[in-house]
Amino acid sequence: MNDMTPIETTLKDWESDQEVRWCPGCGDYAILKAVQRTLPQLKADPAKTVFISGIGCSSRFPYYVESYGFHTIHGRAPAFATGVKLANPELDIWLVTGDGDGLSIGGNHLMHVLRRNVDMQIMLFNNEIYGLTKGQYSPTSREGTHTPSTPQGSIDHPANPCAFALGSGARFVARGYDVSKDLPDVLKAAHAHKGAAFIEIFQNCIVYNKDVFEDFTAKKTSAETQIWLEDGKPMLFAKGTKGIALDQESFALKVVDVEGDDWQTAGVLVHNVKSRALAHMLVELPFGPFPMPLGVIYDNPAVTFESAVVEQNKQASEGKTPDFAALLARGQTWTVSGTAQDPV
Amino acid sequence: MATQTAETLTENETPEAVVVRFAGDSGDGMQLTGGQFTLSTALAGNDLATFPDFPAEIRAPQGTLFGVSAFQINFGSTDIETAGDAPDVLVAMNPAALKVNAPALKPGGLIIADTGEFSTRNLEKAKYEENPLENDSLAKWDVLAFDISALTLEAVKPFGLGNKEALRCKNMWTLGLALWMFDRDRAPLIEWLKAKFKKHPVIADANIAALNAGHAYGETAEISGPLKKVHLPPAEAQPGLYRTITGAESISLGLVAGAQLANLPMFFGGYPITPASAILHHLARLKEFGVTTFQAEDEIAAVCAAIGASYAGQLGVTSSSGPGIALKTEAIGLGIMTELPLVIVNSQRGGPSTGLPTKTEQSDLYQAVYGRNGDAPLAVVAARSPGDAFDCAIEACRLATRYMTPVMLLTDGYIANAAEPWKVPDPSAYEPFPVTFLEEKNAGDELLPYKRDEKGARPWIKAGTPGLMHRIGGIEKNADTGNIDYSPANHQAMTDARKDKIEGIARDIPLQEVAMGEDSGTLAVVGWGSTFGPIHQAVRRARKKGLSVSHIHVRHVWPMPSNMAELLAGFDHVLVPEMNTGQFKTVLRDQFMIDAHSLTKTSGQPFSIAEMEEAIAQYFDSTSDNEGGEVEANKTQLPSPKTVNS
Ligand code: SF4
Repeated sequence: MNDMTPIETTLKDWESDQEVRWCPGCGDYAILKAVQRTLPQLKADPAKTVFISGIGCSSRFPYYVESYGFHTIHGRAPAFATGVKLANPELDIWLVTGDGDGLSIGGNHLMHVLRRNVDMQIMLFNNEIYGLTKGQYSPTSREGTHTPSTPQGSIDHPANPCAFALGSGARFVARGYDVSKDLPDVLKAAHAHKGAAFIEIFQNCIVYNKDVFEDFTAKKTSAETQIWLEDGKPMLFAKGTKGIALDQESFALKVVDVEGDDWQTAGVLVHNVKSRALAHMLVELPFGPFPMPLGVIYDNPAVTFESAVVEQNKQASEGKTPDFAALLARGQTWTVSGTAQDPV
Repeated sequence: MATQTAETLTENETPEAVVVRFAGDSGDGMQLTGGQFTLSTALAGNDLATFPDFPAEIRAPQGTLFGVSAFQINFGSTDIETAGDAPDVLVAMNPAALKVNAPALKPGGLIIADTGEFSTRNLEKAKYEENPLENDSLAKWDVLAFDISALTLEAVKPFGLGNKEALRCKNMWTLGLALWMFDRDRAPLIEWLKAKFKKHPVIADANIAALNAGHAYGETAEISGPLKKVHLPPAEAQPGLYRTITGAESISLGLVAGAQLANLPMFFGGYPITPASAILHHLARLKEFGVTTFQAEDEIAAVCAAIGASYAGQLGVTSSSGPGIALKTEAIGLGIMTELPLVIVNSQRGGPSTGLPTKTEQSDLYQAVYGRNGDAPLAVVAARSPGDAFDCAIEACRLATRYMTPVMLLTDGYIANAAEPWKVPDPSAYEPFPVTFLEEKNAGDELLPYKRDEKGARPWIKAGTPGLMHRIGGIEKNADTGNIDYSPANHQAMTDARKDKIEGIARDIPLQEVAMGEDSGTLAVVGWGSTFGPIHQAVRRARKKGLSVSHIHVRHVWPMPSNMAELLAGFDHVLVPEMNTGQFKTVLRDQFMIDAHSLTKTSGQPFSIAEMEEAIAQYFDSTSDNEGGEVEANKTQLPSPKTVNS
């Protein structure tokens, strides 16, 4: 988020003249629309907005948004974004990356942009596959994923993007998915957060990993399979008949049944976006026994990197007149006059 | 005028130049001793050149041969362009230092050794079977051996330091003796020690006491024999204000100057690597000049952040050494593709891979000129000395901003660490090259981010400029709009445009000058980078003998000045000395179809003047069967078909 002068725009104003080239039916379309729908609500200024991406299907995103856009190289978008933000902290940066771009080749940069807390919205489109290179398994692919590079099934353990983000020191972690009607709200919360805001967006790659999130995104069962987290609200799902509670003995979360409205008696926890401990538990919840936690998991702002850099630059310069001629002559000097020497 | 080095310091006549080498354990503070001796030399008005030579290990095991750290300085009352070939004086703080460095010493030279360190154990570590100070193995030199350790302990006794701490003052004792020997003022050094140990006045006092004791020892002690006081009169120099400067300092200052001349804030993205880190350290202290420094998580992030900063309207700069430049390469390609200004400083070191981190080499020229995927041209500028690096850094900034392109500035470990007296430039003497950002649409009511000016450069549009929203990236772009465009004709046009733009720089740089000699003749010795000193001296000596030799030193390595072809055609032979296996020679052959030949060296040490002289001589030696072809150990190329006309 940044402090921009509010600008009135419509969704149309955020559409560039470029033809969108994702596969028909790709989840990326829905995310693009959600973003383009959200930006006018944020009163964002297209001239102060920069979309920066790496390489992959998701990373084509900047071409389609009528703002500043920089399609960079594989995995390095966080580093470019850091340079942009340091050079002009007024710019509002949206980083677009994917599971391969952000967690494989670019894992290092993602870690450091989060640790440093550079103010930007980081959207990681997780489709658990390499789409652009035609379907190899990715660092978030589940074990046993059959792809051209893993014909017998993948054998490595997948990375958990939100756990990675929290472990890297992220101060904002949220989840959403491509076709969710609530995605704009998650984006708005991320934008309202000053600092690096990490959003994992489950995205359906209909060509290479179709419906891999169907088990929790399917409309019919979503009440049972999703839990939308809200700060200060009890963690309820299945239309309020179930909730998340803390098992005191194992010090782990558990699912409890709720009688009527009496979630207190059932011991259902109230979500607290400032609790890092709770966030760690929530991002680790295994899907299946638990519903998929969605929405804002953690939101606890801290000093941002660029503001600290600006402050330090200011302090270091305070009381100093930048005299370049004097700088050149710093240290011990001596004068040569005429052709004879007279050392000083 | 030829530099006459001291035949032997024991003669009474004053030599024009002296070469001193301080050598000791890497923990003995030899670099610091050398640095301070350099400063006192500069203050005495002598011209000088230095060569710091230290191991890659921070604290190599004590007393070992590979832990020896040395600092050589050549100073005198004439022009000094190299750190000198063979030392006249060797200060050896332990047996290992003696063993490693004695072979380089000039016959008749002086060895000063600390007997206190010549214990059986240290002799063993240095692989000496007998104590060399006690047999005749050092007979061709004068040896002055006495117990510096004990004398230091004695001198600092009143300060109640522990044995280890007290012995740390040995280097100041030795420096005191050296200052006496060359008739130097101790006052600036005492000031420096006071400032350095401001928080530990006892340490400062102990070091000052050691310094004074060393000085007094020379003055009063009953040293009979070899030790004589030598006074070298000041060298002639252009009038003005001087200071000493290392390449790392001058590049940092040059970058700041370049950014100021471009009227831009500077963003420097760096990652620690030897020998480039010093630039990051210097710039981190210059924030009041509009410099933001960013120590990134890796080399790649450092360059990417710099490109990001350029995109947002600052001058993006990154710096590294060969291995780090390799990591940055993909991003540099993006800088070329998106046509954003970027300065990349490469402080070259011995390679490949990790290679020789603390030793010097010029082996990244191919990497600079050719080393990227795709047809990816950029401009390359090479500094020839610590002082010259200042101007080269400014030139790199000028080209980067005028041509919207990455520019690589080549320096090396030798230039980065070596110090030389530097006439402090007047910043107002440099022509400013202020940048104009595009503020409104440049084609009626259309924005064409890739519409080029007469130089072939596209406009610089700062992200955040109202009304100029556009998208850039690494995919081939339409020649006007910058939108993705894969069409064959467009890629052809864009490849040509990128190439033409960089080649066009040749029209915007000074014509190649001859550094010494005529602009035609028998032999041109063509160099680039830090080989300037030895080439210049060797050519000077050859010319004194009446040989038709000229020295050409190339700053704009890519593209080269427009008169290069014509200039080189005026010589019968072209010899290219390089600290690599012949990279610039290959570029010259490729560009100008000339029969250039190599003199190569990749030992991690700079060329000596003698090596260079020998190579030149072979082109004029009528009894030699060498037809002006390869010299030195490099036998891989065909000899020149031409015969030497002499
Ligand atoms: S490959 Fe998959 S992720 Fe990529 S555009 Fe097609 S559907 Fe979308």
